[in-house]
Amino acid sequence: MTASESNGSTNGAVPARSGGQVICEALLAEDIDVIFGMPGGASLPFYDALYHYQDRIRHVLARHEQGAGFAANGYARATGKVGVATSTSGPGATNLVTSMANDHMDSVPVVYITGQVARPAIGSDAFQETDITGISIPITKHNYLVMHADELPRVMAEAFYLAKSGRPGPVVVDVPKDVFLEETTVPAPDRVNLRGYRPVRAGNLRMVRRAAEVINASERPMIMAGHGVDISGAAPELFELATGGNIPVVTTLHGVGGFPETHPLSFGMLGMHGLAYANFAMGETDCIIGLGVRFDDRAVGKVDEFGPNARVVHIDVDPAEIGKVLDTEVPIVGDLKLTLQALNPLIEHRERRPWLGQLNEWRENHPSLDIPDSPDTVLPQEVVRSIYDASGGDARVIADVGQNQMWASQHFWYEKPRRFFSAGGLGPMGYALPAAMGVQMGAPGEPVWCVSGDGGLLINIQEFNTLAAEKIPVKVAILNNAHLGMIRQWQQFFYEGRYMGAFLDNPDFAKVAEAFGLRGVSVSSRDELHTAIADAHAYDGPVVLDVHVDRVENVYPMIVPGTGVRSVIEDPR
Amino acid sequence: MNGTSRSHTLVAMVADHPGVLTRVASMFRRRGFNIASLAVGNCEEPGYSRMTIEVRGTDDEVKQFEKQLYKLVEVITIRDLTDVAAVQTETALVRVRVSPADRPGLADIASIFHGEIVDVGRDTMIVQITGVSETIDRFLDVIAEYGIDELTRTGVVAMARGTKASRNGSARG
Ligand SMILES: Cc1ncc(C[n+]2csc(CCOP(=O)(O)OP(=O)(O)O)c2C)c(N)n1
Ligand SMILES: [Mg+2]
Repeated sequence: MTASESNGSTNGAVPARSGGQVICEALLAEDIDVIFGMPGGASLPFYDALYHYQDRIRHVLARHEQGAGFAANGYARATGKVGVATSTSGPGATNLVTSMANDHMDSVPVVYITGQVARPAIGSDAFQETDITGISIPITKHNYLVMHADELPRVMAEAFYLAKSGRPGPVVVDVPKDVFLEETTVPAPDRVNLRGYRPVRAGNLRMVRRAAEVINASERPMIMAGHGVDISGAAPELFELATGGNIPVVTTLHGVGGFPETHPLSFGMLGMHGLAYANFAMGETDCIIGLGVRFDDRAVGKVDEFGPNARVVHIDVDPAEIGKVLDTEVPIVGDLKLTLQALNPLIEHRERRPWLGQLNEWRENHPSLDIPDSPDTVLPQEVVRSIYDASGGDARVIADVGQNQMWASQHFWYEKPRRFFSAGGLGPMGYALPAAMGVQMGAPGEPVWCVSGDGGLLINIQEFNTLAAEKIPVKVAILNNAHLGMIRQWQQFFYEGRYMGAFLDNPDFAKVAEAFGLRGVSVSSRDELHTAIADAHAYDGPVVLDVHVDRVENVYPMIVPGTGVRSVIEDPR
Repeated sequence: MNGTSRSHTLVAMVADHPGVLTRVASMFRRRGFNIASLAVGNCEEPGYSRMTIEVRGTDDEVKQFEKQLYKLVEVITIRDLTDVAAVQTETALVRVRVSPADRPGLADIASIFHGEIVDVGRDTMIVQITGVSETIDRFLDVIAEYGIDELTRTGVVAMARGTKASRNGSARG
């Protein structure tokens, strides 16, 4: 980067530090007390620097770089800080790719420090050389290849700033082995100045007034709250908007917990496996108030049936999301919290009797959350419900991908933000276990439950070793249905039951857990379930519950892809 | 969202970093856009370059693309010059197969199009021609009968008329 681009101002000369030290200092300046990673040849000099900082920065050795990346994601999402993951060059860096893509889709701030081969070897196809900055361009917010230690203080400051500001996302800092060792006297800048990057703060006031007019004039408004509520810390403002204006709320998968789910104005999660009444509401509303959402296809379904008669107010920090999917009458680019603070005083309280009456009638007649009777088998929904009961509703729940993810979002009533975590945009199986590790590190002392499918658990099961070695007291509940359940369900519905690659011949997970040094419990009845969950909840170490659940239970409701919010398939029982 | 597809001319100022071209190109490919032409070079500020990008799409699609492009940290400003008063120009070098007898004829055509003969070989001539893309297209059409041996075009470069300060178009997407 050239001098004219940015340097911010600096603090004056400082003693020489190695590149590795500069990075450690940057971590401390960001209040990062834990990082996740696996070392390798190219990053050994960085580990040598970390060695001298181990009293202040805890390094958690993940057993696969993907685990390190997902853990950093969980840590970031639990704390609101930036997560940090590190790897060596080549295979270490490529193992992080899925995690980068996941952060990118879910707007999670993670800084990746990847080792690179030494500068003279770059471009020579050296041992373990991979062009990770090239690979990661479309799946990161930004990336850097740092060719001189003098650049590192600025690059680290920019990396953290980019990761967490505006619409958050992953930033890769690729550091050649010899740059970790090279010394610099350049101080850390005291502010970041990026000419081409100016995230918007509060939304335009004229637009905010327009939004208030549209909302106040509406008869059947619906707030659709997304991940932005969490990211911007706007839950109190959302609460004020909804209760102040008497406006019902649905959330996206990532919006879960942004508004208390037991509140009468909460109509749960919408989308493909959202609640029937949440989706009906989106078909009939006359005013969609999209808050920190991107109107993803899994949430919206068929666009023509999604609020066909609705005026759309959309507040988001990313201008590229506004008008991308829906024609938007009132587009507001801005930080959600600040924008709602301006909007809320302009919102009038309305009775909205017919609308709320209609919504509640749907809720009565389409009870999406009733668990059917099942005399012979434990249903997976019951596992989630049991965790809800045992924790008094106050646990952090990290779901994997598949049926388990939907049940974990549905059958627990989340009252606060940053309580439910799942990989929504990319949907990588194997997310839950390592992410739960990161969440627990970010929320020490709090109950953290990993709810995983049997298939997904196997993808990053090596992290059992990390739980044991680092004594991270995550509780793991495996919804063991002996299937890639979501695949089986789709093959049942859309491929006339031609099951292919859907059956799982599982190991004995309780024994596996024991072999890793964790407490492992096998559960196959309802009584065992409640005891095992209560015991696990009370235990202060990591536990794995292998819950043998009904093998063919389906997730309901379901909207068939390509159809809209009106064509919800409900549980036939 | 709909609308008719047409050619748009975008001008972006970008930081002159290694990899910035890859980032821009990657964005085009990922969002399913086809670059009709792309010209990059230095601009009035050291450390920055200016890119002129010609792309086909509906107004909504190009707007969305512009916003995505603007999200790249190294993109400083971006502007769609399609519907604003702007100068657009392009240069082509054409090597034409031409026998000595036909040289005057080709030279005549070139001069009508304000082209310049920049090289003459035993049975070829190179014509350099600068102008709006449509003029170059017409020139190529007219000389096609001689036989075009090789053609290279720079791609369009464009600039809004008036001073920077007088333009009130936003840099943002
Ligand atoms: C890495 C990865 N590979 C494949 C998929 C496709 N996929 C989505 S859900 C699913 C099945 C998950 O099975 P399991 O983990 O047992 O969860 P269940 O649906 O049974 O609860 C698969 C294979 C994916 N999302 N991620
Ligand atoms: Mg399963």
